[in-house]
Amino acid sequence: MNPFTYARPTGIDEAVSLFTPDSRYIAGGTNLLDLMKENITHPEQLIDITRLPLKDIEETANGGLRIGALVSNSDLAWDARIEQHYPLLSKAILAGASPQLRNMATTGGNLLQRTRCYYFYDADTPCNKREPGSGCPARDGLNRIHAILGHSQQCIAVHPSDMCVGLAALDATVIVKGRDGERRIAFADFHRLPGNEPERDNTLADGELVTAVELPAENFSTHCAYLKIRDRQSYAFALVSVAAALQLDGGVIRNVRVALGGVAHKPWRIPEAEALLVGRPADKAAFGELADALLAGAIGFNDNQFKIELARRAIVRALSDAVEGAV
Amino acid sequence: MSSTKDHSGVTTVATYPIAIEINGKPQQLDVHPWTTLLDLLREQIGLTGTKKGCDHGQCGACTVLLNGKRINSCLTIAVMHDGASLTTVEGLASGDDLHPMQAAFVKHDAFQCGYCTPGQLCSAVGMTAEGRAETSDELREHMSGNLCRCGAYPNILSAIEEAMPATREQLARDKGVSR
Repeated sequence: MNPFTYARPTGIDEAVSLFTPDSRYIAGGTNLLDLMKENITHPEQLIDITRLPLKDIEETANGGLRIGALVSNSDLAWDARIEQHYPLLSKAILAGASPQLRNMATTGGNLLQRTRCYYFYDADTPCNKREPGSGCPARDGLNRIHAILGHSQQCIAVHPSDMCVGLAALDATVIVKGRDGERRIAFADFHRLPGNEPERDNTLADGELVTAVELPAENFSTHCAYLKIRDRQSYAFALVSVAAALQLDGGVIRNVRVALGGVAHKPWRIPEAEALLVGRPADKAAFGELADALLAGAIGFNDNQFKIELARRAIVRALSDAVEGAV
Repeated sequence: MSSTKDHSGVTTVATYPIAIEINGKPQQLDVHPWTTLLDLLREQIGLTGTKKGCDHGQCGACTVLLNGKRINSCLTIAVMHDGASLTTVEGLASGDDLHPMQAAFVKHDAFQCGYCTPGQLCSAVGMTAEGRAETSDELREHMSGNLCRCGAYPNILSAIEEAMPATREQLARDKGVSR
């Protein structure tokens, strides 16, 4: 790790005012410190935000929940309100990382974790995300874990989070605070596709601090599934993951959500395709159509062509599981 | 923060004071901000029971209990834990009386080389405190953050299954004492 200075503010405004372009906020640190050890990130100052008052889960006026950015992944997944009312989120979180990591990793930090693309993580290779303009060896290299949707000439990396796939399906809102005040960002607009700026994972402005994530009242607690396909059964990143949520009336779809992980630079959702299923019977034909719509235009590379068919089957299976209950 | 200047006036070392309780013993320490909790334990305090395996949070050999919760000590910096209470493998036993988890690991021969064992022990105690894993499948899933390259997993699982009830009792007793 490079030498750096350390600050420990106790207030949100104080933390934001301490930020400089060479600073990073730190809370759980499980990804940031790893990136620093690998010489991918080298901040001059770490701003320890763990003393900020962002550790609560509170009910919102409209019947949802507001999750403080410092709530740990374990505490969130095992919070009685989350387990009971937002099982999709609980299951998504518990599908990721290890118990030790979930005990340290925070809600805000999970949103901001960086891709595990081998080339991004190897400072001795070119990488447009790490060093803009240097090239992307993944396109013609080892790309089993890489994107099939939304990638660009510049970058084919995927977002690694499971929690975020659940949050995308639930239509969460990210609340951030910067020097210019507070902003609310729809979850779909928080992460971004790589385009010509693969170095930007999300739409945060410099120095903006994630303070909370809000869940709407609609929680899909009766019909939901988180299905994660990976090379080993536990403690591995997704090849493909699916957050599926349904509202059913008899056997008829009243509302459906599907978000995909492991396939793109951000959780992948197409609300317009979901809307086409409303009023249809909840069967494999309908689920297959939604899968086709979600994967329209998918392009794989040398090692990850299999992900396209894998994703299609995983979507149909996850939705079929969700018909049965909270899986 | 305190720093020292060399004879030419260049600031060479910056350290920060922290108060931290390690295995029941309060300590006042000065740490560099980049010192991980793992390096603090091993290099600065001489508690070498906690092991450095991968140093990237992938193997679990460095697992310790921070305020009762299991974490990877390699992926956190010590300076952030001012005021914390830490238990390492050295703090599990009471004098010569092994912790039930340790005794069960011995009984079930739950290791070969032993390098992952301190992390396995702390992780198993932390898992017991969480109270979320009951069946063998659940125990395996909840211990997946601890790798054993010798492959002693079946015996590790047997040891944990046997020791969990006594560990739960001990955790309840410890909680009573701290109140």
